[in-house]
Amino acid sequence: MNQINEELRQYILSEFLPGEQPSNLRDDTPLTTSGIVDSVGLLRLVGFIEEHYGIVVEAHDANVANFDRIADMAAFIERKRGAAA
Amino acid sequence: MAEVSVHLCGYLEASAQRFSERVAVVDTDGSTLTYGELNERAQRIAGFLVAEGLRPGDRVGLVQPKNAAGLCAIFGIMKARAAYVPVDSTAPPARIRSILEDCQVRAVFADSRCADLAPRGAMVVVTGDDSAASRKRGSMARFRAPQSAGDNQKRARRAGTQVAWRNVLEHDPCALDSASRKAGDLAYILYTSGSTGLPKGVMLSHANARSFVEWCSAVFNPNEYDRFSSHAPFHFDLSILDIYLSVKHGSTLFLIADELGKNPRDLAAFITSNRLTVWYSTPSILNLLAEFGGLNRFDSSHLRLVLFAGEVFPVKHLRNLTRLWPSPAYFNLYGPTETNVCTFARIPLPVPEERTEPYPIGWPCSHCTALVLDEAGEPVSPGAEGMLYIAGPSVFDGYWGRPQESAGKFRQSEGRRWYNTGDVVKQDPADGFIYMGRRDRMVKRRGYRIELGDIESALYRHERVREAAVVAVPDVEAGVKILAYVGTAPGSKPSIVDMKVFCSQALPSYMSPDVFIFRDALPRTSTNKVDYQVLTAAWAGV
Repeated sequence: MNQINEELRQYILSEFLPGEQPSNLRDDTPLTTSGIVDSVGLLRLVGFIEEHYGIVVEAHDANVANFDRIADMAAFIERKRGAAA
Repeated sequence: MAEVSVHLCGYLEASAQRFSERVAVVDTDGSTLTYGELNERAQRIAGFLVAEGLRPGDRVGLVQPKNAAGLCAIFGIMKARAAYVPVDSTAPPARIRSILEDCQVRAVFADSRCADLAPRGAMVVVTGDDSAASRKRGSMARFRAPQSAGDNQKRARRAGTQVAWRNVLEHDPCALDSASRKAGDLAYILYTSGSTGLPKGVMLSHANARSFVEWCSAVFNPNEYDRFSSHAPFHFDLSILDIYLSVKHGSTLFLIADELGKNPRDLAAFITSNRLTVWYSTPSILNLLAEFGGLNRFDSSHLRLVLFAGEVFPVKHLRNLTRLWPSPAYFNLYGPTETNVCTFARIPLPVPEERTEPYPIGWPCSHCTALVLDEAGEPVSPGAEGMLYIAGPSVFDGYWGRPQESAGKFRQSEGRRWYNTGDVVKQDPADGFIYMGRRDRMVKRRGYRIELGDIESALYRHERVREAAVVAVPDVEAGVKILAYVGTAPGSKPSIVDMKVFCSQALPSYMSPDVFIFRDALPRTSTNKVDYQVLTAAWAGV
């Protein structure tokens, strides 16, 4: 799980928060509800997750519950991978 | 019945006669209204508004997600000879309030979430709220113009009066009085980013909009079997073509909900399952469709026209789209909100593999005349760069409440008013005008125009920001990238996360900077102005 969190953190920092200190992007920092990641950004984030983790994110999965925080995304990825295994 | 009205709602009235039983609009939930039903609802809304004291020329806000109720309200407001003011309901509340207050709306159609944003004294019609409580609230209080100080006090007491949508639709329809309509009457006001931090209202008359719609009719030749997309929100000027061209010809308009419009996979399926024939949007959404929509899985043979406007379409993305959607004709439409579309170009297919430069904005529409002038106001030599000026019946009257700024945008010559678009172009003898960029501080992003000073004004409202300077730089993927240079007191630098969250609360999302760069002090010119050239160059060197 920690590795996924760090990979997501690196991606989000480079794509949406260039120049930010990694420590300021916590696992529970709101991303979509705070406006850090907008609707177009969410598409890119979903694309990254699908490609990097080899999972399919259905349209109904791309919601606040799964994608607002790094912790939620990592848990979602783990669940998807578990279901596919 | 021949269409004789000089107002936009005349299109609806004529189609309600000719195509009463045809579907006029498919709502975001899939329900439909025929032309007869749409016209009757609009007539009832107008009857309600007139009975409540709305007068010709009054402004009425529309603050809600896109749906058929909003479309009914638009036509109802116009039938009452008032002007509609559509506002982005997802914008920060302070921005919505400032727009509604700026143009002094007398009434607002809003969803329950935005109802409280109406100015004091304005009546609120709560659309999409049929609860018993709201029906009971429908006390039909008047909102006539105050005649005296006493009236003012009474009016203040009436602030916040809310009326349910259902009450409005049950009102007696107004009598049709097309003879009193004047072509120059104000039809709608669209607010765009303003350099001082306050949005400015572009006033468009019925004659302005109709001259554009008539041109569209002649060029795109729609009919009652066409199925139009309505992707742009009503506060965006692309909606003018969607709504009025479709209604004029008795076509069917498919309203695309805001959420669906941002979801390329579902949107691709929607376009095919509804067999849309005419698509109109910004290049940004077409690019998302091509990249993420899985278009190769869907039949697109029903599409006959793909129109795009609002920003430059990067050629590699356009090439990709035209391969996935090979059958329609593609048109690049150009024009600021102030003129509506004023030049156009058909894209010759296929897009050559080696082409990298964007397609031209083309030749003036038949209702417009264009001039390219240098800084001194003299015509440039053929092929040289200059500022594009437009004259014609679609050119706006002015900005709401800003006569001086409005006058400064026009040049009088040959007995005509020429609007300075601020866009730098050069003319190619074969292809028409080629867009070169801007000399001021306005940029386009996702089809929206942004005054960079508007973003700076927002940044200055952050308690730790001492200086702010915003620049835009070209970006291969997004078209432009917005950089915010922020000066703060030593030791009080906010985090970038803080700044992003602050901007999302202070600005529409398309205006939020992509990059924040903190400096102890910003570079200055010899006259002590922020040196934007140094800041732009600094990014190029990163």
